[in-house]
Amino acid sequence: MSKLVTLTIDGKQIQVPAGTLVINAAKQAGIEIPSFCYYDGLSLQGACRMCLVEVERVPKLMTACTLPVAEGMVVRTNTPQVIEARKAMLEFLLTNHPLDCPVCDKGGECELQDMAFRYGAGEGRFVEFKYHVPEKQWSPVVYYDAPRCILCYRCVRICDEGLGVNALGVVNRGVRSEIAPNRGDHLECDECGMCIDICPVGALTSGTYRYQTRPWEMSHVGTICTFCADGCKTTLGVRNGIIIRANNRDRSGINDEFLCIKGRFAFDFVHHPERLTRPLIRTLSGFREASWAEAIELVAERFEQARQQGGRIGLIGSTRTTNEENYFLQKLLRQGLGSNHIDHRQSGDLVSLLMATRGREGALATTADLYHASGILILGADLSQQHPLLAFQIRANYRHHRARVYVVTRGPVREDQIAARSLRVAPGQELEALESLRTELQGLPDLVVLYGDSIKGSAVARLVQWCDSLAIAVRYVCLLDDANSRGALDMGLVPDWLPGYRSLDQMNLQPGLCWEEMLESEELEVLWVVGANPLRRRHLKRRPWLVVQELFLTETAQQADVVLPAASAYEKRGTFTSVCGELQQLQPAAQVPGAKTDLEIASLIALQLGLELGPADPDELLGEIHRTVDGYNVDLPLVAAGAAVPTGPYPDVAAVAVRVDKIRSREDTLFTAGSLGQRSQVLTSVREAPGSLYRG
Amino acid sequence: MRFSEQLEAKFNQLISAFPPGRERAALVPMLLYAQDEVGHLTPEVIQEIAGRLRVPVHEVDEVVSYYSMLTRKPRGRYHIQICTNISCMLLGAEQLLEHAKQRLGIDCGEVTPDGRFSLEEVECIGACCWGPAIQVNYDYHHWMTPEKLDRLLEELRKAQ
Repeated sequence: MSKLVTLTIDGKQIQVPAGTLVINAAKQAGIEIPSFCYYDGLSLQGACRMCLVEVERVPKLMTACTLPVAEGMVVRTNTPQVIEARKAMLEFLLTNHPLDCPVCDKGGECELQDMAFRYGAGEGRFVEFKYHVPEKQWSPVVYYDAPRCILCYRCVRICDEGLGVNALGVVNRGVRSEIAPNRGDHLECDECGMCIDICPVGALTSGTYRYQTRPWEMSHVGTICTFCADGCKTTLGVRNGIIIRANNRDRSGINDEFLCIKGRFAFDFVHHPERLTRPLIRTLSGFREASWAEAIELVAERFEQARQQGGRIGLIGSTRTTNEENYFLQKLLRQGLGSNHIDHRQSGDLVSLLMATRGREGALATTADLYHASGILILGADLSQQHPLLAFQIRANYRHHRARVYVVTRGPVREDQIAARSLRVAPGQELEALESLRTELQGLPDLVVLYGDSIKGSAVARLVQWCDSLAIAVRYVCLLDDANSRGALDMGLVPDWLPGYRSLDQMNLQPGLCWEEMLESEELEVLWVVGANPLRRRHLKRRPWLVVQELFLTETAQQADVVLPAASAYEKRGTFTSVCGELQQLQPAAQVPGAKTDLEIASLIALQLGLELGPADPDELLGEIHRTVDGYNVDLPLVAAGAAVPTGPYPDVAAVAVRVDKIRSREDTLFTAGSLGQRSQVLTSVREAPGSLYRG
Repeated sequence: MRFSEQLEAKFNQLISAFPPGRERAALVPMLLYAQDEVGHLTPEVIQEIAGRLRVPVHEVDEVVSYYSMLTRKPRGRYHIQICTNISCMLLGAEQLLEHAKQRLGIDCGEVTPDGRFSLEEVECIGACCWGPAIQVNYDYHHWMTPEKLDRLLEELRKAQ
């Protein structure tokens, strides 16, 4: 803890840590100092001059956003001189600012409007013509309207410092100054849209949201992004059941204001015209539409037959279904139908890590740890592409705390920019390369190790052993692909362990078939696929009777006997567990008539089968998970309030024979996301798509 | 691309004058010298200098567009810069500029068809005591009148 400094702001004496900026000290004292260019966590700019304050014994007004506190400092923020200065600054900003607020996307949530309303002069004196340049489109998602720009440089800084992309700059000077993209007339970047949301005015606007609605006409639903595993909170703007935009401007969630292109723009798959809305039943001449009652009855009939034949049914689950759904599905199969053929596509080997660190407290790192740790070791993953939030956290850690970052990957990655050392090795050779980092890592107080899918099985145990030999505090992140990949593992949606990584012995079960085995198995009568696409690149000659719950008629659904239209994660309640183990609540935002949540479908099937599996309500199920699943004994009111609550530990991790060859990442880039990504017009339309990994 | 031997030597000296990692400090002088040699800052020149200093091209663009002495457009062999700031203006700079336009048959920002002259109206060049003042490339000419300008243009027209 740094030492405290005492200062006086507007007659209030306060104490803040040395190094605090006056603007933040004032905030702590409940005094607002207006500003545009100041943005928490980014470098200081001092460009907008809105935060001018009077400091005793200093002859001129000072910018509170660049001024660190000093002992005995006396600051005044409400003197006539300060008030006059604010008015003058706003008058300057408004000289060229167009008066198109009535049609501007930002109208109603614009910082310049708010400031003019609170601090501006009642009348303008500027009678010259305004300097005008036409609006420009830089990419399918980013538009720039130069006259509205107040040149606060927030977009320039977030792109450079926050994302490490550095795609924006400022060209020309004086009244002609404007923001310019890195490729002359267009952008080549992550297309994340951070610049749009960070813009205090309507200069940068979103290609998908512009001129769609007024902000006050939407309701805002805070939920969790359904794409990668990082667990970003995304606030969906919804009008009449349709999602119109996504952002996180309220800075709730572990991601603060950060979202990548998927979180911010790719929600459009929800309202894709090809969404399934009626159950389909296969006939000799193809699919016919059916009622829910008919379809469920047919499915339950076949399930019942499979049950009577001794559980000859398999389930391939999803990495985008909720914990409650996954828990209920495995319960239905294990308890209701007597089968342990349950699996999903696993993308990282977490269970080996849990086995290797059994009995330790705090072996798993949280998202916050990535920001605070003094050392970060990245093994076999292109974080900026596959885990944009984790990469963002690590960059912030480097920027603010000078974290030592070590990269061991097969090709160049963006993290090389901030790395103390980068090593290039073939996948699977990462551990051999580590030895050369030993002395450097030993000098660190603590380390977070992130490892990708090339480190699995015995390699995980060897990694832990090696890290133990460093004799420093080490925490781990096992990188996984999708929004609830972690939850699928935790909820035992696998043939090798029960929820909470408990041993199958507790239910007297034998390890079941893995998903690839299920596809070809003679043993199964019925195969139930929930939100997965295992037949994407294969066509089966002989296959079990196939039921598919899906949003779209995917390659797998096309081969099904019954297709049940499912709701996406943006249409349901439940919880996801992020790659770093934070449990977070989903809230239903959109409505797609006809589709049902996977939980509802599963509960209808259970009901038809006459199974007693307890309530199938998301909240009740979370309560049951809380009571019965190791690691989920967490503070539920906090979860309900929208917090990200760390899960774990797992006191009773089973000894499992890990099916190493079945674990592999789908290797999505920033612009791909399996079958959902293909249905997002935004993701497929940006010129950077589909992109590739290890390009730096 | 390569520049002349002398310029290459100058660039090497400039780049090494700054501590490692701060080489970008050499950007403005390098641009200016390159412009003197090539005539204007072509995309190739900008690309080359950006590469040598390991600065993204769009950051070089920021600098080029900021400084009015740096140009992406070709100029004449003799770049006539007429100051019309307050001292020069009071001493007749505006008439001088008008005369230059008529005599050269071009407007500000244009180049004569033979490529010999280009014309630019500039802000104060720091020669207020000797106004109206003009600058031709790097040379100053003081107490200008339309007649003196005519004589100067004639000399430059004949110059090899």
